[in-house]
Amino acid sequence: MSSVDMSMPILIVDDYKTMLRIIRNLLKQLGFNNVDEATDGSAALQKLRDKEYSLVISDWNMEPMSGMQLLTEVRADTKLKNLPFIMITAESKTENVIAAKQAGVSNYIVKPFNAATLKTKLAAVLGNF
Amino acid sequence: MAVAAVKDRIAAQLEELQKVKGSIDPENLVGVVEAVIDSIEGDMTAVGLKVYADIEALARYINTARAEIADLRPDDINSTHLPAATDELTAIVGATEQATHTIFEAVEGIEALTAQMDPEVASQVSAAITSVFEACGFQDITGQRITKVVTALQKIESKVDALLNAFGDDLKRDGAPRSPEKRTTTPSGAPARPDEHLLNGPQLPENAISQDDIDALFK
Repeated sequence: MSSVDMSMPILIVDDYKTMLRIIRNLLKQLGFNNVDEATDGSAALQKLRDKEYSLVISDWNMEPMSGMQLLTEVRADTKLKNLPFIMITAESKTENVIAAKQAGVSNYIVKPFNAATLKTKLAAVLGNF
Repeated sequence: MAVAAVKDRIAAQLEELQKVKGSIDPENLVGVVEAVIDSIEGDMTAVGLKVYADIEALARYINTARAEIADLRPDDINSTHLPAATDELTAIVGATEQATHTIFEAVEGIEALTAQMDPEVASQVSAAITSVFEACGFQDITGQRITKVVTALQKIESKVDALLNAFGDDLKRDGAPRSPEKRTTTPSGAPARPDEHLLNGPQLPENAISQDDIDALFK
């Protein structure tokens, strides 16, 4: 029996509409249907302050506010600081992963990724489903 | 006059010339040296003559280089070639994005039909659809790679502009430098980000770390 609420609200953040659609579809296939989208960190932050989300899945390289800046803002916000935050990004240098980890990212997926990796990381952050 | 004094006079005249004109034309350089040499005629040393000959040779070299660069039409690089290349690359991103969304429409249509399929067949179709979604990630990655190339072209454009400025207006037909080499703002005009130094984009396989390596960092 899954302990994960499959109707949990999830916010996905990416400046590429293609990637938003891929993540949305993969989440749908995994059973998550309550998904909202934002195309940069500042729009995402606004949504996070307007509505209670259970998970953020964000790209890194976006303008005007990057995923890293969003993560920093989230961890500095008393209401949002414990929100699970997964980074999905093409930034695949060790220094990037370390910086994200130090900033408090919950998990890190490098693009291109597959559905199995997404499922594994979701399970690591949310629990098995 | 001592060589040091000659050098000082040349330096002073060049500095004055640069203040007035902003840059030093090789012709002016020769003129300055000749003026100094004329003023010290009579006490010219062998070293002084050598300095003069060297500077004259340098000026000739610069003039030849300038003529060769002018023949290359460097202003065309900035006014035509680089913008055209940038536009073409941007069009590629747009076209692949459009094509990818067309694929999505088709695949999402097929996915909607799986409810009407035999469960075993539906499962196989769903697995195939997942593979299509995963593969469509190419558009995001190629888009980012192309953006890196466009950024590199913009840096070249800025270098060519600097070259045109250094060699004067006769090599340059239009405009001031378009983009500074070091970005202090993002392309949208927003201030540069604090994580600018970490924005490397997609890496070539030999430079990237794997998902397994990343996972190891989280253990």
